[in-house]
Amino acid sequence: MSALIAAATPTTTWYLVLAAVLFGIGTVGVLVRRNPLVMFMCIELMLNAVNLTFVALAKRLGDIGGQTTVFFVMVVAAAEVVVGLGIIVSIMRKRPGANVDDISALKG
Amino acid sequence: MELVVFVFAAAMILVGGLGVVLRSHPVHAALSLILTLFGVAVMFVSQQAHFLAAVQVIVYAGAIVVLFLFVIMLLGVDRTEDIKTEPFKVQRPLAVIVGLGVTGLVTAAVITSRDVVATRGAGIIEPAMTDPDSNIRQLSRSVFGDYVVAFEVTSVLLVVAVVGTVLLTRKMKPASKESQ
Repeated sequence: MSALIAAATPTTTWYLVLAAVLFGIGTVGVLVRRNPLVMFMCIELMLNAVNLTFVALAKRLGDIGGQTTVFFVMVVAAAEVVVGLGIIVSIMRKRPGANVDDISALKG
Repeated sequence: MELVVFVFAAAMILVGGLGVVLRSHPVHAALSLILTLFGVAVMFVSQQAHFLAAVQVIVYAGAIVVLFLFVIMLLGVDRTEDIKTEPFKVQRPLAVIVGLGVTGLVTAAVITSRDVVATRGAGIIEPAMTDPDSNIRQLSRSVFGDYVVAFEVTSVLLVVAVVGTVLLTRKMKPASKESQ
């Protein structure tokens, strides 16, 4: 048993499958939840899944470009969160407690 | 040892991810998100991305989740949301089917092509005791060398995002409303 555990070192495939599962969880969250803030968090989950894929493949391919891409993805994600939360705050100020069904028409 | 780290970090990631989707309280969802982000940071360390692991903890867990919590408290939506009722009956089964489909397709693609990917880059230098900052040096050579234009454009993006958010959330004065 202990030999089996010692033999089973995680390969890149394990990391990629884990990232795929995390991406699936994020997808379901975006489709199911109604609170815009929680939907944003689910988008963060999907971004993190893709980041994990990039880093795992950077190691596998021996190319630092994958890590550079993750660096840029993080910056874009930060900008996206700032703008998205700004939109949510300005919508919620007019309609407190709104969920995404209430604001589907996007008419202020 | 690597297996133990992987299993624990994977458990953190999956429990946190499920927590974000399933917890009905937005604050609990945000705290579950922190768990996932720390798990991903552990994965980054075990994949030789030490700098990105630090950035992950500082930027994501430190700044973005705090921003989420701040907005949750500011808007006063920190109450339990009723996630039992569903306006569209078909949506949840469809969402689960889509999620399982995405996961299954990507997993199948990964497993069928696992022997195809081959090392082709210069390699990622693993940090040693004698050379602890090799990852940062290698990454910075890439960011400030090959991708320096993208880096500069990123700074423009951040300025645009900050200015745009200030404009979006600013309360309009009555006088300026007439001029629009």
